[in-house]
Amino acid sequence: MQIHVKVNGVEYKHDVEPRLLLVHYLRDVLRLTGTHIGCETSICGACTVHVNGKAAKSCTLFAVQADNCEITTIEGLAQNGELHPLQTSFKEMHGLQCGFCTPGVIMTAADYLKQNPHPTEEEIRTALEGNFCRCTGYQNIVKSVQLAAEKMSESKPVTKEKKEEVVV
Amino acid sequence: MSTTNGLIGKSVKRVEDNRFITGKGNYTDDIILPGQTYAAFVRTPYAHAKIGSIDTAAALAMPGVVAIYTGADVAAINGVPCGWQVNFKNGDTMKEPKHPLLAVGKVRYTGEAVAIVIAGTREQACDAAEAVQVEYEELPVVVNAAEAVKPGAPQVHDEAPNNMCYDWELGNPKAEVDQAMATAAHVTMLEFVNQRMIPNAIEPRSYNASYDAANGRYTLYTSTQNPHLIRLLMSAFVLGIPEHKVRVVGPDVGGGFGSKIFHYTEEALLTWASHKINRPVKWTADRRESFLTDAHGRDHITKAEMGFDKEGKAVALRVKTFANLGAYLSTFSTCVPTYLHGTLLQGLYTTPKINVDVTAVFTNTTPVDAYRGAGRPEATYLLERLMDLAAHEMGIDPAALRFKNFIPPFDGVNQPGYQTQVALQYDSGNYEGVLKKGLEMLGYEDFRKRQKEAAQNGKLLGVGFSTYIEACGIAPSAVVGALGARAGLYEVGQVRVQPTGKVSVFTGTHSHGQGHETTFAQVVADKLGIAFEDVEVIHGDSDSVAFGMGTCGSRSIAVGGSAIMKSVEKIIEKGKKIAAHKLEANAEDLEFAGGRFTVKGTNKSVSFADVALTAYVPHVYPKDLEPGLDFSSFYDPANFTYPFGCHIAVVEVDKETGTLALRRFIAVDDVGNVINPMIVEGQIHGGVVQGVGQALFEGAEYDENGQLTNGTYMDYCMPRADNLPMIETAGQVTPCPHNPLGVKGAGEAGTIGSTPAVVNAVIDALWSGGHIVKDLRMPITSEKVWRAMQTA
Repeated sequence: MQIHVKVNGVEYKHDVEPRLLLVHYLRDVLRLTGTHIGCETSICGACTVHVNGKAAKSCTLFAVQADNCEITTIEGLAQNGELHPLQTSFKEMHGLQCGFCTPGVIMTAADYLKQNPHPTEEEIRTALEGNFCRCTGYQNIVKSVQLAAEKMSESKPVTKEKKEEVVV
Repeated sequence: MSTTNGLIGKSVKRVEDNRFITGKGNYTDDIILPGQTYAAFVRTPYAHAKIGSIDTAAALAMPGVVAIYTGADVAAINGVPCGWQVNFKNGDTMKEPKHPLLAVGKVRYTGEAVAIVIAGTREQACDAAEAVQVEYEELPVVVNAAEAVKPGAPQVHDEAPNNMCYDWELGNPKAEVDQAMATAAHVTMLEFVNQRMIPNAIEPRSYNASYDAANGRYTLYTSTQNPHLIRLLMSAFVLGIPEHKVRVVGPDVGGGFGSKIFHYTEEALLTWASHKINRPVKWTADRRESFLTDAHGRDHITKAEMGFDKEGKAVALRVKTFANLGAYLSTFSTCVPTYLHGTLLQGLYTTPKINVDVTAVFTNTTPVDAYRGAGRPEATYLLERLMDLAAHEMGIDPAALRFKNFIPPFDGVNQPGYQTQVALQYDSGNYEGVLKKGLEMLGYEDFRKRQKEAAQNGKLLGVGFSTYIEACGIAPSAVVGALGARAGLYEVGQVRVQPTGKVSVFTGTHSHGQGHETTFAQVVADKLGIAFEDVEVIHGDSDSVAFGMGTCGSRSIAVGGSAIMKSVEKIIEKGKKIAAHKLEANAEDLEFAGGRFTVKGTNKSVSFADVALTAYVPHVYPKDLEPGLDFSSFYDPANFTYPFGCHIAVVEVDKETGTLALRRFIAVDDVGNVINPMIVEGQIHGGVVQGVGQALFEGAEYDENGQLTNGTYMDYCMPRADNLPMIETAGQVTPCPHNPLGVKGAGEAGTIGSTPAVVNAVIDALWSGGHIVKDLRMPITSEKVWRAMQTA
């Protein structure tokens, strides 16, 4: 079947087997190997990408389901050569160790911060329960997301009350 | 510790992160080679069966299939070896049945590979694997180690009667320990299971093997923690191919936790097959295969008794353990329940008589080997559970009982190391210090008051302690050799100063999350007085790095870092000779500091970069000195290192529902000198959560047919972000006296210390509510707590 997708701003047309998973399309056909496979069952979250702006686990989507969709992977998260605040925050707060789950965690968090720009620690933990990390114990991942939220609200002015909430 | 430019001891942000946060990591499964083929395995659905006919005809005829091999094709090839020989008490060699690349005649655990199918695509290989027809005749199954040694139990290997691999004993003679135990005023006895864990690195195992016929050269990309070890074992012991014609690369590796130390059958099989078909072959486990075939951890059934005199001083410890090794011996499986477990049973205490008796057993389960901590968590669990339980039974405060029994502080320099009853000599320690600090952080004085208040509000609060020690920096080759290791455990570190003064460091350790590219660069840049950015660390490729034993047993900085330090010292020594010639002085009159060679007491000096350039452009140069500035060193440690610490958990139990929540976790760890505090803290966090996972969430479950009933992420409960509190960490520094950096290692501390602290906290909560429970089997769920409250 032919699909037409826009991945990280670039349009592609490919003939694919109907059973080809989106994650295999991204990794093997487009060679965007930043998206990883950890369980093939949509539990671990290593394969998380954005499909039409929403976080989705690409190991349980067929490539054909992404026909006419816009997809963003970890490789496309930086804009105009500038890393996303989550990317810089993960480095600053040591939010990663082996790096394997990291792209998926960052993509999940990027979508979540759009919905909830000023999350509490508990809300971040709940938002990330679909992403496994075996290295960090999640502590510095949570802190990385908190820092990114702060950075993002600094770049987008918010009301004073809201800003105070962020600092908690 | 000493620093020249502030890099050692600083939380430098990791250089490796740049590629990981942008999706530019390079893991084995990311690699596609020209002419790539893909493998899929036919695996047995039965835990124990005779293999009848294998019909591959239909599968071979399917689209894209290149080759199918079964046990018969590889029967002449050696199995994968075991790297540690443990002898029976009577001196007989352990039973070591062949661990074949593909099963021949019989399968012995669910998931064992029966055939490999190689095809042009992953999907074609999987389709064809499903079409391979295998006839099985089921045999009786045994999964439990204590059951397996009983008369009449199903036999896993004909050559291992009663399924025994070995029996083994360490410490004081049993009669002496029995006698001491008889004098005890109180004996605390605990029978427990240290359950089987599944490591679950998030990157599944992945291999990509190829053969270059023109040069007769093999290349294996592998998700390994120790590429050189894999090359040595595979070429010399399994395939019999020339080691210098084999390149093994461990590129970026997505977590190991022990499970990627071992030489797996698939590595050798793919390498062999790539030659047979003359095309690259790749295989990446799916998660179901990871659950079934990554070596598991722990799985001890133990009875332990600790005797105390009437003051509460420990007088004797007696331990009997059945260790489940699974169906075959994995690379280091045999040393885990023995030399990494029995040797740690002194703990932090002065117990004068100790005897540990271990029976290691084959069962129809996945092979068991080192999992983060490897033997030391089992030893710590045993001791720390006994300590807290004894305190409760004797009505002594558990912290006070520990203070009473601690080995007094010693630095290993002015005071000698501490000789244990179980073979080890501790290097340096201040055990009271970590417990004191932990109690302060907890606010222990108020805790018992808070506990009483909580009980009035429908909640049971519990606090659990764990004061642990571990043996890391593995290991002095002569010592481990005498104990049965079939390898040396030194490390290699090469420092190559480039003509411009930039530095490449080659290490035989392997980083799969530990941040060596940052930590080792900090050490070298600090010692050479140059910028951090001027140092790059290279690891993981047997063609680049001379040799190495890789990363396991928290050894990388203690052993690998020390090897690098030796080379740095050689660089400075040679640099002095070159600088002396340039400055027209004697080398002995030179000092090296802040990146400059200076004639002592003068302002005559030359920079490190100048010396480097002179070494490579030796126009004006000392006679009889070789050009170049590049040294490689082997470092064999004098002793293990002994990190220690105090972990404290606070849990809350709902009296009505049994709902259990971990409220606080305090970790005070003394890992010797610290190069990068941020990285060490991260190691502690991750380790603690793995230990908490064992206490509260995780554990492999086999049914009586040998089926792993929770081998998926729907069933095996991994710790998630939303079931953990923020871990409160602190450090103490007692330097290691016998390595140049004074470091002890931090990779496993969190996992070793944490599990018993959590379980002890649950038991304490139950006792505070009047439920006198000695043990709950891990993982402790709310349901188990509720049931315990109904019956006790």
